[in-house]
Parts: sequence; C-alpha cells; structure tokens
Amino acid sequence: MIDMFELLAIIIKVLVVFAGTLVGIMIMTLAERRVAGFIQYRLGPNRVGFGGMLQPIADGLKFFSKEDVIPGQANRPLFLLAPLAVMIPALMTFAVIPFGAPMEIAGRVVKLQVADINIGLLYILALTSIGVYGLVLAGWSAGSKYPQLGGLRSSAQLISYELAMGLAIIGVIMISGGLTLNQIIAYQQETGWNIWKQPIAAFIFLITIYAETNRLPFDLTEAEQELVGGYHTEYSAFKFAMFFLSEYANMITAAAFMVCLFFGGWDVPFIDEAALGGWGVLLSVASFLGKTAFFLFLYILVRWTLPRFRYDQLMRLGWKFLLPLALLNVFLTGLVLAVKG
Amino acid sequence: MTTALFYLFAALLIGSALFVVLNRNPMYSVVALVFGFANLAGIYFLLEAYFIGALQVLVYAGAIMVLFLFVVMLLDVKPDKPRRGLVHLDRWWFAILVVLFLGLLLGIVPGAVRLITSVPAGHEADIGNVERVGQALFTSYLLPFEVAALLLTVALIGTVFLAKRKI
Repeated sequence: MIDMFELLAIIIKVLVVFAGTLVGIMIMTLAERRVAGFIQYRLGPNRVGFGGMLQPIADGLKFFSKEDVIPGQANRPLFLLAPLAVMIPALMTFAVIPFGAPMEIAGRVVKLQVADINIGLLYILALTSIGVYGLVLAGWSAGSKYPQLGGLRSSAQLISYELAMGLAIIGVIMISGGLTLNQIIAYQQETGWNIWKQPIAAFIFLITIYAETNRLPFDLTEAEQELVGGYHTEYSAFKFAMFFLSEYANMITAAAFMVCLFFGGWDVPFIDEAALGGWGVLLSVASFLGKTAFFLFLYILVRWTLPRFRYDQLMRLGWKFLLPLALLNVFLTGLVLAVKG
Repeated sequence: MTTALFYLFAALLIGSALFVVLNRNPMYSVVALVFGFANLAGIYFLLEAYFIGALQVLVYAGAIMVLFLFVVMLLDVKPDKPRRGLVHLDRWWFAILVVLFLGLLLGIVPGAVRLITSVPAGHEADIGNVERVGQALFTSYLLPFEVAALLLTVALIGTVFLAKRKI
C-alpha cells in the first residue's frame, strides 16, 4: 500500500513542516519586538547575537530553566492537560496546507503538503474548534478568578467568530467547487485569485483570524490592564511558553490559510510553475513564504497601531455585522453562480 | 495496520466512555467525553468517511461539548461525594433499570448484527463524501432535513425569547 519512497517522503515532509513552523515562531517572536520597537521609536531587543538574532534562543533557554509553579488551588490534572490541549491542535493544523507546487523526484510526483485529505478545509475548522478547550480548561483549572474570566472571554470570542469565518469560507468553496486547498489553488491558477471574486469573504476572513488567534484588536482574553494576563496568568516556565508558541503557530497557520484561500497559495501570477521544473517549485515555495510573511507582518503592524475593542463591541461586531455580512456574501455568491449557470 | 488502529481507537473510546460514567468529577467527565468523540472520529476516518469524521469533531466535540463545559464550569458543580458500593439506587428501581437495559440490548443487537453481516465486503469509495451526503440530504431525505431546520429555528426563537424578555 505505502512503499518506502512514499513513507520516506511523508516523514521528511512532516519534519520540514514541523521545523519550519518552529523556526517561523522563533522569527515571529523576534520580529514582533523589533517591529514594535521601530513603531514606538525605540530599539527593541538587539543585544543577543547579531542585531538580536539569537534572542529567541535565549528566551527558550530562559523558559526551560525557570521554576515551574503549580498553584495550590489548581486542579492538577486539568492544569497539566490544558497547555497540551492548546499546543497539539495548533501544530497539527498546518498539515493540510500545500506550501509549494508538486515536485518531481526520481520520476515520481511529490506533493509539497503533509496530508492531502479530501476535506482539508473542514479539517482546519475542526481543529480550530478543538483549540477552545485548552483555553477554557487553562482558565478554569488555575482556580483563580482572572484566568477564569480570561478563559470565558476567549471561548465566547472563538465560538462567535468561528461562525463568521466558516461562512466566509463557504463563499470560496462555492465558487471553486472543492473542499481541499489543492482544488482551491488550482481554481485560482486558472481564473485568477479569489480576492478579486470574493472580496467580502476575504475581508471577513481577515478580521476573524485576528479574533481566532486572540490578537489585537481582539486580544480581550489577555487584556493585561483588566485581567492581569488572561487564561495563562498562573502558568510559568515551559507551560507558559507552550501557550505562547501555540499562539504564534496559530498565527502562522492562519496567515498561510488566508494566502491559500484568497491569494492563490503558492501560485506566482503569469508564470507556469510546472514548465520551469525544479526552479518552478523553488519559486512557488518562495511565493508562498513571501505572501505568508506579508500577512504575519500585517498582524504585527495591526497589533502596534490599533487599540483594543471593548468586550461588548467585539461581540456586537461578530454577531451583528460580520455574521449577517457573511450570510449575505453566501447568498450573493449563490445568486451569481445561478445566473451564470 | 487499519485493524490495529481500529482496536486502539475502539479501546480508547470504550475506556473514555466508562470514565465519563464512573468518575465523580463532572469536569473530568466532559473532557473524557470529548476525548471519546475524537476517537469515534478516528474510527470514521478509518472507514474513509472523512466528512462524517470531520463533522463529528466539528459539531459534537467542537460545539456541543463546549456548551457542556460552560454549563459545568459556570454552575460550579462539585464532585460527587464517594459512596459505598456500586449500586446507589433502591433495589427495585435497580431491577427495573436492569430489565429495561437488557430489553434495549435485545432490541438493538440482533438488528445491528443483521446490518453488519448484510453489508457487502467491499465498499464504495465515495460513500462518506460531501457530494454524496449533500445529494442524499437534498433528495431522498429532504423532508426530515427541512423539518430539522424548522426545529432548529423554533429552538433559536425560543432561546432569544427566554434570554431577552424585552425585545
């Protein structure tokens, strides 16, 4: 069924994606602080290594060497489970995202994607919805009130924005006629990027991924001024780092997802990647990474320029504006498709 | 490989289901139930019914159980006090429940066995696919589908009415 070649290819792909995500997280933690420094007219961390390049490694070592405190009033099993329940879905989600054009090695085609399952989009949505548990459990199990408030806020927020996100994606599914990201990318290669055809969906999706990843302007879960630190207030050392890593992993996946849905994935406009052979593959991967990096940069820019929403405003935006708009988009898309036949 | 994975998922599913019923802390029950649903989705995936498996995670584990978690968490249900013995019910109630349960098993098991043995060994490749499920929903099962939609609408209106007295 599965021969050695395929097995080897899968193992290598898993390792590459896993290592790539972790390296991406390291770069992001540094980039966030350097860009923040730039925006606020200060320097940011620039002492460890050349221009602060080794700062993420220093942070990692620090997290490892700190004392791991478990509060006395905490519910121990769930307190230990929560960081895992956040981190595992966060690292699993990237598996269905294609990060380059299919590659030919020794006469066989290798897709640059860990798993090509026929419900790729649903897989991502399902894992996103599972991620809520980690936050709720972390908030509850710490046994103190600020984390609990943070956990409640974040779960309410995730549940609300998941709906608008799912409905925004439905518009894309309707025009491209497939649930896998490969089909959606192939459709965009033929007829142009989805951003031109589904601008409303792209707009809604961009807003909802900020809420889904708990980033400003929607980071009410960790609003420092009100809640100390939200659901991970009581966590320390490496468990805290796990929450942190998952947040950045989710950001990377969300940015890549955005690129695949609306900006052609690994597609380079006006170029036939398949005709260029190995260089085409390289170009496609570079294009994918570049687009994803752009959206990650946008995340940071937004964080350091926009103020935080108030909680009721956040809920109102989600339920009374984004959700009806997403429904309208589905309706309009259906109408256009029906008229076109 | 598939058989081994099936037994693994099935064992974990039964184990977590037993844990849901037998342990005393409702929070643990909710978490174990979510874990059980994840294993059930794993079994669906083994059967190549990817769509059903994804919906199992998305709807049951991702949406309904979050609600359970909220309720248990916010009502602050204390763990049950340990009691002696396995049976806490009155003897007669217990007897009635046992009889009912055995009757239920008698009703279900033969039908299930017939169903399993009547399915041909091979299977259609696209049995659990989105297209097939969609077609079935909008052709053969249109009426139940619409009735379910109506039921959900009624429930929605009821919720809004209960939550917001002044509209």
